[in-house]
Amino acid sequence: MSQNAEVTSIRKTALNRIHRHMGAKMVEFNGWDMPVEYPATATRKSGGLVAEHLAVRHSVGIFDVSHMGDIRLVGPQALAAVQRMTMNDASKLTIGQAQYSALLYPEGTFVDDVIVHRLGENDYLLVINAGTREKDYDWVSGQARGFDCVVQNLSDDYTQIAIQGPNAWRALQKLTDVDLTQIKFYWFTHGTVCGLPNTMIARTGYTAEDGFEIYVPADEGVSEMVWNAIMEAGEEFGLLPCGLGARNTLRLEGALSLYGHEISDSITALEAGLTRFLKFDKGYFTGREALEQQRADGLKRTLVGLEAIERGIPRDGYKVCDTEGNEIGFVTSGSPAPFLKKNIALAYVPPNFAAPDSVVAVEIRGQLVKCKVVAIPFYKRPKISK
Amino acid sequence: MAFPADYKYTKEHEWVRADGTTGTVGITDYAQNSLGDIVFVELPKPGTELTAGQSFGTVESVKAVSDLFAPVTGTVTEVNQELATAPEKVNSDPHTTWMIKVTLKDPSELNSLLSAADYEKFVAEEH
Repeated sequence: MSQNAEVTSIRKTALNRIHRHMGAKMVEFNGWDMPVEYPATATRKSGGLVAEHLAVRHSVGIFDVSHMGDIRLVGPQALAAVQRMTMNDASKLTIGQAQYSALLYPEGTFVDDVIVHRLGENDYLLVINAGTREKDYDWVSGQARGFDCVVQNLSDDYTQIAIQGPNAWRALQKLTDVDLTQIKFYWFTHGTVCGLPNTMIARTGYTAEDGFEIYVPADEGVSEMVWNAIMEAGEEFGLLPCGLGARNTLRLEGALSLYGHEISDSITALEAGLTRFLKFDKGYFTGREALEQQRADGLKRTLVGLEAIERGIPRDGYKVCDTEGNEIGFVTSGSPAPFLKKNIALAYVPPNFAAPDSVVAVEIRGQLVKCKVVAIPFYKRPKISK
Repeated sequence: MAFPADYKYTKEHEWVRADGTTGTVGITDYAQNSLGDIVFVELPKPGTELTAGQSFGTVESVKAVSDLFAPVTGTVTEVNQELATAPEKVNSDPHTTWMIKVTLKDPSELNSLLSAADYEKFVAEEH
């Protein structure tokens, strides 16, 4: 029997019963039974992907993101191990600070993107994607061999709930004594939330809005209690439960990468344009040599933002062509943007097509639909003083 | 859900209202509810020949593209231009918002489509 036999049964988070009880449309995502969107009801007057997306942009929404994974590295050489296996510089992290990073293959391509959190002196937490839990754990364990540290797979231990939007802090503040105004973006702390002590509260997210992610025990009763408490606390702000549909359109407007689309095991960190998080001079890391070589050779393709300027919606996997119809690249993610009210996409094109205002064409069901290259992110949240 | 009794239905969730040799076509309340907010409808030009069971266009929600399947064989005579700028009408009034009108090549095709009662049963099973 193969060691890599596929798991065929679908996985459920501790909040699955609540999603179904709320009438959510469910979908299988990377082996998980997840809500796509929630319907409007008699009490919750708004619903559906567009309403959920707008709730996050204007006020607050909550997401069950428990399908994501958690790997902890603890020990005297935990930092050294993390430095070796990731592309960003984790030595810059203070306890309580987090950074966006990635695990790379020797080719400079992606095992996964991660958020690295420094929990303690020699204690790091990697939060990883749903579809890559097992692969990442195996990879991290392999990379950590030879370093004095322990690698723990904590993925099943936590229910992870994201509360996102300009009013996220107001809603969550009602449930915790921790002064949320003191947590800076991409920092985290531990405190009591809904009566649960030592709960990690991180000012992180995947929506291009302000917001928090909390990690509570994956027990069904506890998880439901917390979800319901946040729903109630957020009611005065018009909080909506949000599914993977809105999660995708929100991150797309923010030009945030999705594994399997903008980043994958056949795309390099330089092609994906993640140079802000790629620290060549932090020391040796897996993938550095290949990336240095690519940097010297020059890129054959680069990630750009597209906006349709003719009628049509560019979608994942569609061909990108020059205006004569010659294929030059492909769309990684594309969709209508509910807040921006445009049809947008991320795509790989050769560098000579990457300048803003360049015109390309996306092939949509046999027709060439003109799009222009635009700067990313498509959306940046407004700076508000609290 | 209530489905107009004088319409005929397909298993792909289109409806057709026959008026002599003219068929008016749209999609059902079940279809619009499954799709979610509709943002784009792509329809054929007048004069296009349709064959029953084949795709005649697409309807798009934010997250997905769905084919529209011709319930009948015939020639497209009219296309609802409103849907180019107000596709959401399909969500709010699915049974009165028409997409295309077709001159029926063979009105007897209507007999093999589902009645409102049969469609209702079909949809209840699919759920």
